[in-house]
Amino acid sequence: MKKTILALLVFLALALMTAGAALAQSGNPGEPTDDQVNAIAKQLYCPVCENIPLDVCGTQACAQWRDLIREKLGQGWNEAQIKQYFVTQYGDRVLATPPARGLNWLVYIVPPMAILAGIYILYRAFQSWMRPPAEVDVKAAEPVPPPADDYVLRLEEELKKR
Amino acid sequence: MVANLGYGALVITFLVSLYGIFAAMYGVRKNAPAWVDSARNAMLLTFPLVSLAALSIIYLLVNGHYEVEFVASVTSNSMPTYLKITALWGGQAGSLVFWTWLMSAFASAVTLRKWDRDREFLPWVIVVALVTLGFFLIMILFFENPFARIWSVPLGNPVVSLFPPAGGQLLVQSDGRGLNPLLRHPGMIIHPPMLYLGFVSFVIPFAFAIAALATGRTDDRWIRITRRWTLVAWLFLSLGLLLGGRWAYDVLGWGGYWGWDPVEIAAFMPWLTGTAFLHSVMIQEKRGMLKHWNMVLVILTYDLVIFGTFLTRSGVLSSVHAFAQSAIGPLFFAFIGLTFLTSVSLLLYRWNSLKSEAQMTSLFSREALFLLNNLLFIGILVVCFWGVIFPLISELVTGQKVTVGPPFYERATAPLFAGLLLLMGIAPLAAWRHSTAKTLGRAIWKPFIASLVVVILVLVEGIRQPAAILGFWLCAFVSFVTLYEFWRGAVARHRKSGESLPIALWRLIGRNRRRYGGYVIHLGVVLMAIGIIGIEMFQTQTQGTISRGEQIKIGDYAIRYDELATFDTPDGRNVARAVVSVFKNGEYLGELHPRRDYYYESQQQMTIPGVRSSWENDFYVLLVDWQPVTANGATFKIFNNPLVNWLWLGGIIFILGTLIAAWPDRDPEPMAVQSRQPGYASAKA
Repeated sequence: MKKTILALLVFLALALMTAGAALAQSGNPGEPTDDQVNAIAKQLYCPVCENIPLDVCGTQACAQWRDLIREKLGQGWNEAQIKQYFVTQYGDRVLATPPARGLNWLVYIVPPMAILAGIYILYRAFQSWMRPPAEVDVKAAEPVPPPADDYVLRLEEELKKR
Repeated sequence: MVANLGYGALVITFLVSLYGIFAAMYGVRKNAPAWVDSARNAMLLTFPLVSLAALSIIYLLVNGHYEVEFVASVTSNSMPTYLKITALWGGQAGSLVFWTWLMSAFASAVTLRKWDRDREFLPWVIVVALVTLGFFLIMILFFENPFARIWSVPLGNPVVSLFPPAGGQLLVQSDGRGLNPLLRHPGMIIHPPMLYLGFVSFVIPFAFAIAALATGRTDDRWIRITRRWTLVAWLFLSLGLLLGGRWAYDVLGWGGYWGWDPVEIAAFMPWLTGTAFLHSVMIQEKRGMLKHWNMVLVILTYDLVIFGTFLTRSGVLSSVHAFAQSAIGPLFFAFIGLTFLTSVSLLLYRWNSLKSEAQMTSLFSREALFLLNNLLFIGILVVCFWGVIFPLISELVTGQKVTVGPPFYERATAPLFAGLLLLMGIAPLAAWRHSTAKTLGRAIWKPFIASLVVVILVLVEGIRQPAAILGFWLCAFVSFVTLYEFWRGAVARHRKSGESLPIALWRLIGRNRRRYGGYVIHLGVVLMAIGIIGIEMFQTQTQGTISRGEQIKIGDYAIRYDELATFDTPDGRNVARAVVSVFKNGEYLGELHPRRDYYYESQQQMTIPGVRSSWENDFYVLLVDWQPVTANGATFKIFNNPLVNWLWLGGIIFILGTLIAAWPDRDPEPMAVQSRQPGYASAKA
């Protein structure tokens, strides 16, 4: 009987240990995959390799950065934390686009402003064009249009004037 | 000896250029044709002289004269002869000579061909061409001398200079450092000459524009004369950009074709203004409008060409320090500033003689839509220019560098490109002058309905991203409109003349190659857009390390790592070549051989993908790493690039369309300015 109880206890202990080990394994975040590393590396630029994102850069320094990302991911850091870490270490230039603050706002504001200005200029130009000037001969300003739906006539006219 | 000969030829070219500029201006001022003829001879003389210099460099490159610094920096004994020749444009100094060579060839061709017809313009064309040539010669002679030699001096490091320093001995080396392996790819051998041909040919329309301003002959004659030059310039520039994209896709090993790098953008910017110019010039030809704007566009294109040439090779825009330390940076900027200010001053001087001859009569007319197209092209230009320049501004103002990378450009330009596609669908249906919403609507509804069918198909395919659906709809719409235009034209001709439909179509295209070549270009753009939507929105990728016999899966595909061999090649490479089997849904498709080439001389490596191409996608495998010695495990990066081959097909059709548009007419170009609509004649002046 004693032997049976002992065997049972040993079995239980072994079972618990195995289960514990299994639990411990499932609780481990595991080694980050290359894809997880690349997903972050893709958004970063090292200060040396101009304009080459970190995920495709072949230099030794960039490989070390990727290893660092892997290490941080392994430690449970998230994407934002890792990006912030590189920004703190090396400055804003590691990011693919400048963070929108201070002077950097200009990078985002100037193109739309320029395009809006272009639209405004064009609008004003259209306005002035559409208003026939008084001194121009009425016939000149408003030529008699050919029948607008006559495709053949229009095509002929357009092909004539190359 | 040969180096001295080449350098001497360039010095003489420079002096001849200065003389030519003086003679042309003096001849015009004093109305002395003999001086103008002499300027022309000076112009013609530059070509054999620069040829002599360029051939001297090629001689030095091919014969391994490594005492010349440029030769040592771009060639080595193991390189085949053709690569040694093309190494001429493998570095900054040689590129500048190559640019100058093409420039003198083109400018000489213009003066030869047009001499009797355009006598009034040509002195000024010669001045512009020779000023440009002279500027490049200054760069070459004083700052980027391809003939400078390496001298060992008794104390200190070797010195690079043309003439021996005190006590200097020529340092004869047995081998050079070799061409950057990335530049040995066929795409990279042809890509720079194409870009340069495009750049240089754009100088010709600019020269005629300046001639028109200088002489006061501001009608559209300069446009008619340079129409084909502009198309040829655009053809080469487009070809250069396409080849550059293909090269990046094949050798840079990142699964893409365009990275919004400042160097790429530098070549793209003159293309943008050039494309806007090609469209807006038609408004001037047909309606006598936008004369100021066309001048602005051609001036911008010229200065962007100079900017592009400078940016592509120098790399000095990478930081304020690099710029300040480089001798050529400030000079280039001074030249760009000077030519821009001079051109704009001339334009302002002639402002009143460039008044429009007609009024815009409808917001839905083709000219109105072309103007919108110009706005979008200039919008893209602003985004590009600002993105390239901003890091410098930031560094200058705050001392901190920033990166303006692809996400910025993609977000900012995507709506503008979409707008361009939309206009590409509407504008061909709009008539000049008198389109109304009603007539336009009547022409548009059929292709519009047909394009909606494509949207339904896209939805049935399971595509749900709004941007992709919009993109595919735009592609369908433009295709249908364009094909409809061909169809309507051919049917009209068939009805009128009784020709069979294919003959009617052929003759229709022949009657106005520029118009129908343009439509073929639009179809090419649509195919390219399909490829771009495919790879940009649906690209998937994965990376993993596997042992022999193991697999990596990506979507329906899987690769199995079979083996890896490393070996040396006679041309100085160490090659690591993997063999992987590709499977789709478990079915074996074939083998791929991604490899890594390591070049001993330059100590640089190149990653060549293994690619399986179809109309559906490219399955693109890169060898990233492997276990040394045993090669038991290897790391692969795999891309699935859907529809990307439509991009290349579109590129070919695009170039074909440009060829159709630029093909010379059998009839000589019109001599006199054609009269426009009689109704407008009285509105002139």
